[in-house]
Amino acid sequence: MDFLTLLQVSDSTVRLATPLLLACLAGLFSERAGIFDIGLEGKMLFAAFFSGAIAAVTGSAWMGLVAAIFASLILSVIHGLASITFRGNQLISGVAINFLAAGLTVVVAQDWFGQGGRTPSLTGAARFNPITLPFAESLGAVPVLGPIYRDLLSGHTILVYVAFACVPLTWWVLYRTRFGLRLRAVGEAPEAVDTAGISVVRLRYAAVIICGVLCGIAGSYLATALQAGFVKDMTAGRGYIALAALIFAKWRPWYALWATLLFGLLQAVALRFQNIDLGVFVLPVQFMDALPFILTVIILAGFVGKAIPPRAGGEPYVKER
Amino acid sequence: MTIKATFLGAVATLALGAGGALADPALIYDLGGKFDKSFNEAAHNGAEKWKAETGGSYNEIELQSEAQREQALRRFAEAGNNPIIMTGFAFGSALGEVAPDYPDTKFAIIDMVVDSPNVRSVVFNEHEGSYLVGMMAAMASESGTVGFIGGMDIPLIRKFACGYAQGVKAVNPDATVVQNMTGTTPAAWNDPVKGGELTKAQISQGADVVYAAAGGTGVGVLSAAADEGILSIGVDSNQNYLHPGKVLTSMMKRVDNAVYEAMSQGADLETGFNVMGIANGGIGYALDEYNAELVSAEMQAAVDDAAAKIASGEIAVHDYMSDNACPVQ
Repeated sequence: MDFLTLLQVSDSTVRLATPLLLACLAGLFSERAGIFDIGLEGKMLFAAFFSGAIAAVTGSAWMGLVAAIFASLILSVIHGLASITFRGNQLISGVAINFLAAGLTVVVAQDWFGQGGRTPSLTGAARFNPITLPFAESLGAVPVLGPIYRDLLSGHTILVYVAFACVPLTWWVLYRTRFGLRLRAVGEAPEAVDTAGISVVRLRYAAVIICGVLCGIAGSYLATALQAGFVKDMTAGRGYIALAALIFAKWRPWYALWATLLFGLLQAVALRFQNIDLGVFVLPVQFMDALPFILTVIILAGFVGKAIPPRAGGEPYVKER
Repeated sequence: MTIKATFLGAVATLALGAGGALADPALIYDLGGKFDKSFNEAAHNGAEKWKAETGGSYNEIELQSEAQREQALRRFAEAGNNPIIMTGFAFGSALGEVAPDYPDTKFAIIDMVVDSPNVRSVVFNEHEGSYLVGMMAAMASESGTVGFIGGMDIPLIRKFACGYAQGVKAVNPDATVVQNMTGTTPAAWNDPVKGGELTKAQISQGADVVYAAAGGTGVGVLSAAADEGILSIGVDSNQNYLHPGKVLTSMMKRVDNAVYEAMSQGADLETGFNVMGIANGGIGYALDEYNAELVSAEMQAAVDDAAAKIASGEIAVHDYMSDNACPVQ
């Protein structure tokens, strides 16, 4: 594999890892606060549709982003209501959200645009266009580092940089702020937080809302940055891969970055080299597609370190019986 | 509950309306809906053409769920509509159940074969059209490398790929055809993100024309190709307008012609196996104001010549589905 191919695969990795990273961080906030969220897929899909639709109607990608975050927040609040206020089963609520998003997007899109569940193709300002970082062209002549800067670091849309900036931000919020400490505590021992006189319900809602915002950005990235419009079921299981990455990352922000980059790399390699010939036998493309899940199972089985979920995860908090 | 009530009401109205107009043709659209800019819309256009030319009228219904397939068929048959035309292979099993119950009604199904004496099964020679657009791709390509992106890896899509590769090699035997399938599950029809990434991967391998036969995934292929400044080829219906000046052409399945022909024959519909190919105008390539600048006179002449030869049988394009193998790669 030559340098240029390596660069192209890395570039593709960054593009494919971005939605996974955003969704993974979204799940991290929610699950660290003790709310399991398997509705990441549905929220992303819902957000993708509304960003595509609003961007098509207004001609502005930024309006699309706002709509996406708003749409995703609605589903987040529904999940919050079901699992925090009404103490329902968090997994069932998440599944319901996935079904709701998958069905509703297509029906609304068909009624609104009459294009078989698609939104019109977006052009110009209705999409997030690639940003060229300063001096990218002039530095491109520098050997090795020049092309890396020009092709790999520069030339992505703003949302990619936002996603990567979210990693240190998440780390800082979780480990260096009072809010973060309480958020982590509420996922481990909510009764302790309650005893300290802090509202468990309010903290959990805050976590679910942050989760909604990040999922909204992820959906918007899919429909208005990576693609030019919404297509039925366009998230194609990325929410589940993000969940796998979250477990793989053991619910930690920096590990989440490496896990999603690894899963992005696996996808990029699978797309670039279908059926890899190892000399002895041929590695089918399906194996590469399944690898994220296989790796997650290996991690869960305890072969490589131990993945311990937040202790109060999945349990609705009951103040007194 | 309200939805169900509305739906029942709608069916009742439909049945009443249909009862009045005896022996009108009926058309059932698949779940994609009437205005999907593709397959079903082509069927609608064919029906409208028939209506405008003959002044007749027809009944139609857009399916909203899988469960309605058999119901819609029976409703139209009970109401005396003849012939009843449906678009899409997914009607296969429902029609297999219904057709024997209404021996006096003629049915036409597109893209599927149903073996019943009162059914006309319309299938298309997609490999012939893919051959033509393959020729155009090879002529438009400057790098000598062209790409193919399929949806789900099934024999039908390999049929497209094989016809395309044969067309490319006919023009330039040294050309390289990079072939990729999006996936092996139905999700592969609706993953434009993956389609876009596959396109970029093919571009980095030198491809400067890509042909997408991948349903909704193709939307991502076309837009990625337009973003990167290379040419793409659409499929099923005319998709040239999606990215004016960036889509070289579209391989067209003339579903509209199939519907028009079925409606024109009316109750005397000729049943059996109906193959739509280049010879009878069932398959073609799109040429309109959006791609006029991309298609040179020389290119058009070569393709039209090949089309004539395929129609006359002088050129035989290998059909992948006949033996599950492709002579060229």
